[in-house]
Amino acid sequence: MTTLDSGVDSLADVTSSEDRLRRFLLGLPGVDQVGAEARAATLSTRSIKTTAKAYALDLAIRMIDLTTLEGQDTPGKVRALCAKAMRPDPADSTAPQVAAVCVYPDLVATAKHELRGSDVKVASVATAFPSGRSSLAVKVQDTKDAVAAGADQVDMVIDRGAFLSGRYGLVFDEIAAIREAAGDAHLKVILETGELVTYDNVRRASWLAMLAGADFIKTSTGKVSPAATLPVTLVMLEAVRDYHESTGLHIGVKPAGGIRTAKDAIKYLVMVNETAGPDWLDPELFRFGASSLLNDLLMQRTKLATGHYPGPDYFTLD
Amino acid sequence: MPTKAASDKPGTRLEVRKTYKLYIGGAFPRSESGRSYVVNNAKGKFLANASQASRKDARDAVVAARKAFGGWSGRTAYNRGQVLYRIAEVMEGRHEQFSSEVALSEGLSISKARAVVDASIDRWVWYAGWADKLAQVVGSSNPVAGPYFDFSLPEATGVVAVLAPQDSSLLGLTSVIAPAIVSGNTVVAVSSYERPLPAVTLGEVMATSDVPGGVVNILTGSASEVGPWLASHLDVNAIDLCGIEDPDEARDLEAASAENLKRVRRPAEEDWTESPGLSRLTQYLELKTVWHPIGL
Repeated sequence: MTTLDSGVDSLADVTSSEDRLRRFLLGLPGVDQVGAEARAATLSTRSIKTTAKAYALDLAIRMIDLTTLEGQDTPGKVRALCAKAMRPDPADSTAPQVAAVCVYPDLVATAKHELRGSDVKVASVATAFPSGRSSLAVKVQDTKDAVAAGADQVDMVIDRGAFLSGRYGLVFDEIAAIREAAGDAHLKVILETGELVTYDNVRRASWLAMLAGADFIKTSTGKVSPAATLPVTLVMLEAVRDYHESTGLHIGVKPAGGIRTAKDAIKYLVMVNETAGPDWLDPELFRFGASSLLNDLLMQRTKLATGHYPGPDYFTLD
Repeated sequence: MPTKAASDKPGTRLEVRKTYKLYIGGAFPRSESGRSYVVNNAKGKFLANASQASRKDARDAVVAARKAFGGWSGRTAYNRGQVLYRIAEVMEGRHEQFSSEVALSEGLSISKARAVVDASIDRWVWYAGWADKLAQVVGSSNPVAGPYFDFSLPEATGVVAVLAPQDSSLLGLTSVIAPAIVSGNTVVAVSSYERPLPAVTLGEVMATSDVPGGVVNILTGSASEVGPWLASHLDVNAIDLCGIEDPDEARDLEAASAENLKRVRRPAEEDWTESPGLSRLTQYLELKTVWHPIGL
């Protein structure tokens, strides 16, 4: 447990004023950087084989938010991505569907139309993604547009400038406002850990986002390097675990960016199981933001099924 | 007064033994499996411990070779030729090392071993010369019954797996790698099992002679163990089975290669000292024919 020993009675009090919020966030215990990195490195040496590997590969596929967030995205590309989301391996109908397709707000309608009748959700980034540099009114409207177009999930970015300069109240209010604008849509809050610099900041931002009403906390936009790393995800998983112990609520975690191989994905799953617990081994509570990861998972899956190594020529291009 | 330690005397310094490793993607890793095996000289005396490559090393090597393929095949033929000449140059500088390894591994006298190294270096030079002449010889412009300028060009086929000869550890190895890479293919080679040392040194030559990492990958170990994984690998485009001595095993590997229509070169009696001719060179090519409209 890392929480609630900073002089507050309950989490409701914490958010009653900016002063208290700041005192709570700054009172969170610091992250042992060397310890977190060593723990992540140790967990990634676990060997996952045979049936456990087959389970992990399928689970990882079901956890993918298949993402395309490029200036060059076209409706055609989004349609192709949706087809892949629903039937990842055209040659193998036993391959599961991915969790969601993640696009820019203007392409939500295209994706929604393409995915009609399937269980694959549509996620949209919003709030002046990826920098988050515009007024609250614009961000709220951006979110409303995405939801109106049919987005089931909204991935918002926090105002890193405000966070780094200590204006936690501003960040909190913004997340709360987007939470309201998003309505029933699932809200994922992108911390952009690559810009937060320290693990202490990652822990504070995680708590801030959860207190403000996030359903998911997400590492990065994928536009900043470093994107998702194992130690950062470890710190966030510890935060959701501790938040669960304090409140009973389950908050999801989504590492995004830089996860390209099945091996990496399995390392994350091991860490989820060991840190947050088996409850989080579920697409409702853990997601991968990725695009090229899917092909590698499918290739590993084919290797397990056929006994020989497949090549990238046999899978669709992203 | 303390007596002088034995190691201070001249001629008794502690030898620095070489660690023999694999060559994958321009780096020298140990086998992923952690295994090594004892290499004896031709008289059965201990020579070295070499890494014993596993199927996962082969998998990593194929990934490295595929990654290197675009860049290597995209270079001009002239440039690839220059790189092959450079390999010959760097080998020349290691002549003594190669000679002693060939002599120990194959049980030759040092003068015969030197002749083998000379022949190997000459073979690189010979193939280097072919780099920018291949298209003229095997390409063609084709008369067709229509208003087209029609021509055929040789292009590299992709990743070539080579199970190198078991007996000829340097000249044989050179003679199977050079014809594959000169036209722009990338290679995963499994060395002779009992005579891997010249192959390890050839890897060190590759690393220091302008050959991009991943173009040549050298695994030491058993062709019978690694071969089936390379033969059934769908990202390998061709396979040379010359290091497989058992005909049944060669047949099985050929059958496994059929899955993705690999180009297969069957094992045969070969005299490596003979002039090689073009058969290996043309084995790993795809002929691209272009119909270019004219007079319209």
